[in-house]
Amino acid sequence: MTRNQVSLNVAILLCMGLPALAQIDLSGSWASKNHEDALERGAGPNPGDFTGIPFNDAGRAKALSYKQSQISMPERICAFYSQWHMMIGTFGIKMWNQADPVSGKTVAWVVGAWEDRDAMIIWMDGRPHPGKNAPHTQSGFTTGVWEGDVLTAYTTHMLTGYLRRNGAMTSDQATITTHFIRHGDILTLAAQLDDPVYLTEPYYITRSFVPSPTVINSAGMPCIPGDEGVASGTVPHYLPGENPLVEEMMKLYHIPQEAALGGAQTAYPAFRDKIKDTFTIPPTCTRNCAPRN
Amino acid sequence: MRHRFSKPRISRTLFPLTIALALPLLLPAQGGRGGRGGAAPPPDNPKAAAPIDLTGYWVSIVDEDWRFRMVVPPPRDYEGVPMTPAAVKFADAWDPAKDEASGDLCRAFGAPAILRQPEHLHITWQDDRTLRMDTDTGTQTRVFHFGDWKAPPGPPTLQGNSVALWETARPARGSPPHGSLKVVTSNLKAGYLRKNGVPYSENADLTEYYDVLKEHNGDTMLVVTIVVTDPQYLHEPFIITSHFKKQDGDAGWKPTPCTVKW
Repeated sequence: MTRNQVSLNVAILLCMGLPALAQIDLSGSWASKNHEDALERGAGPNPGDFTGIPFNDAGRAKALSYKQSQISMPERICAFYSQWHMMIGTFGIKMWNQADPVSGKTVAWVVGAWEDRDAMIIWMDGRPHPGKNAPHTQSGFTTGVWEGDVLTAYTTHMLTGYLRRNGAMTSDQATITTHFIRHGDILTLAAQLDDPVYLTEPYYITRSFVPSPTVINSAGMPCIPGDEGVASGTVPHYLPGENPLVEEMMKLYHIPQEAALGGAQTAYPAFRDKIKDTFTIPPTCTRNCAPRN
Repeated sequence: MRHRFSKPRISRTLFPLTIALALPLLLPAQGGRGGRGGAAPPPDNPKAAAPIDLTGYWVSIVDEDWRFRMVVPPPRDYEGVPMTPAAVKFADAWDPAKDEASGDLCRAFGAPAILRQPEHLHITWQDDRTLRMDTDTGTQTRVFHFGDWKAPPGPPTLQGNSVALWETARPARGSPPHGSLKVVTSNLKAGYLRKNGVPYSENADLTEYYDVLKEHNGDTMLVVTIVVTDPQYLHEPFIITSHFKKQDGDAGWKPTPCTVKW
């Protein structure tokens, strides 16, 4: 074999199985530190706290009709969360790439399931999203592309789910764009939620993970509905104007209702001018006050 | 009959060509497995070498930690912050009236906390090697120095001394350049991570990563990953992210001084 043939064969072999340029490794177990939105990503948000959510009237009305015991309905106990839960949930994530056994190319990146969220399979092979009338699931359908060394995933076809775990909802028309950004030992996720049914503009949040010292096992636990005290066929709810929790944020933090009930304007700096003259610092923290151990 | 010079001539051409083609594929992207952890060598002209455009006006989107950012949280509300016992003791003694009386109004506007304020940013190139960030809320100015800049000796300051470098990704063929900005800030004057007196000390260091993301609806977002380390007041690095939306102009730009009770 000539040197030409050898070098050519070497080059071909080297190219096989190598990732495309600019791909980095996102695989591993990633722990969530929850230093921000600690309550929202921990025990759960305060009832009646919709600050910063760009609700339209329908989104707000839907949220205010919510009673927490809805999740105890036998019909909903095993409903689980949509992929948005990755951005607002408590736990870490486990990621790995699924390689084609012949070519070695990455066919998909996978964010493993957690007990109440299905796996996110991010297809990297260019396949199209299903048609708009295709069935929707909690996990939805996700494709991804590399933009430099940022993996950008796009999720469609989800069932309705929680935007915030206090009744703020997403519709089955919602889509999520998720950017996976790795800086050394920090994995930052930036996600944009679009929902033409409940939001007036995209809802955008970010969070960071660090390598987990212990393995995060990916598992979608089997779910068996049990009796949690809500009779089958009933839907716990508040009628319009009857939600007693709309004053909760005022009681705890002196945050007025016009802020607590959300709306796109509440996420922008100029909103502070609206509440400046009436705000006073509460005397002390009374609930969920402790620093992170 | 093959020309006796033809074979070595082809080899000399193809062999280096093959290696040249193969080598870039063998080399990991900068940062390798650790993502953008690897730094590119300091370019002669960081402004010209910028893989992303940070300049312009940005507005913060406050939809996380709202009650800690848009209003002043209650005293002793420390949720989420990995505070040491010394930090809790310090913060328990927070007295906004005392801060006001002493004229120390900007303690929550130092570099580790300034990007948590509801605000607009104006980012410009001060010169080819210096990026400048102005905020309307608190009217603060941060200066990011590229290259082999050395901080002059001096006392700690609210915004500290910031050294910046581009972390560039090797783009796929035909793609525009990608990358991010890493900023390391030290020599910080002690201040507050949150307005209700959660402290950081003069031993704190700040590392930030600035990423620009283009969303499919046309929005351009700036995502800043913020890491504060402080052996005195934090028992682990405090990691948060702030995000901003690009504006076409200076709409909403409203310089306001530092405040304590608001």
